[in-house]
Amino acid sequence: MYILIVGGGEVGFYLAKALISEGHEVLLIEKDARETRRLTEELGSVVTRGDGCEAAVLEEAGAGRADMLAAVTGDDEDNLVACQVAKYRFNVPRTIARLKNPEYEPLFSKLGVDVTVSGTELILSHIEREVPTHPLIPILKLDKGGLEIVELKVAAEAIAVGRRLRDLPTPPDSLVFMIIDKTKGPQIPTGDTVVKAGDEVVAVIKQGSEKALRAAFTGS
Amino acid sequence: MLDGEGHKVTIIDTDSYSFRRLPSSFQGTALLGNGLSQASLQKAGIKDADVFIAVTQGDNRNVMASQIAKHIFNVPKVICRIYDPIREEMYHSLGLETISPTRVGAKLIREIIGR
Repeated sequence: MYILIVGGGEVGFYLAKALISEGHEVLLIEKDARETRRLTEELGSVVTRGDGCEAAVLEEAGAGRADMLAAVTGDDEDNLVACQVAKYRFNVPRTIARLKNPEYEPLFSKLGVDVTVSGTELILSHIEREVPTHPLIPILKLDKGGLEIVELKVAAEAIAVGRRLRDLPTPPDSLVFMIIDKTKGPQIPTGDTVVKAGDEVVAVIKQGSEKALRAAFTGS
Repeated sequence: MLDGEGHKVTIIDTDSYSFRRLPSSFQGTALLGNGLSQASLQKAGIKDADVFIAVTQGDNRNVMASQIAKHIFNVPKVICRIYDPIREEMYHSLGLETISPTRVGAKLIREIIGR
């Protein structure tokens, strides 16, 4: 694949390095002349100097044939614009933006950015995995259908324990498609599957019905 | 100008020092805050705004603020300043109301030369 990376900071540098070692064709675009020289010394001739938000720079970088653009500068607004120029001017099939402020996630996905990655969100999701008061972990957002895959750990005191899946008041447009049993491992459940304490329940739900799903299992 | 014409104007800036240039006759509100933050925008009353204007020094900041105003808060009229004429053209074609002072200035100069 041909992948453009906008922003030669730490994230851009290690991303370029990893993608090159996986055999991808990579071009790293960095604004600063000195940084560009340093990166070229480290990575070879896969670095170009320029503003990745400028159409002329992207054109010269071969955006027209790029399979993907990852905008990973430290500025959310620059990442947004780089992705939009790539998408709307050069029809780059897939655009990825790094986000510092997770509040912008819905805006970015509405404005043509295919994937957003926020360090804050990532760390938060790991914290939520550890903290029992937030038993619902978002795994994957499926934006086009407004769906989301979530995981939920069943605590010993949850009201769902000992009950069959079909008897739980799960929200409409939700489907529990996997239960990771502590001893038996991942299982595909049926309506007759009885929920046990310690189970990890994986479900696809409509975005926004997280609370309803959590309530169906935990009772709160 | 807008304030003088009797419109209700709120200015958001990340630097309170910028407000020193406002004339003493200014009737509107000067709000310290980030124009990209939904909390600041709400504090400024964006939900009731008829017009939103993004004129910071950064093209990309203006583009992002304008798109927040248009797509998140549904402000009826959003005007966005973009210095870079190529970028301006693209966002114009994406439905933003845009102004490029570079393009306008160049055109004016061209007209003066042409006389």
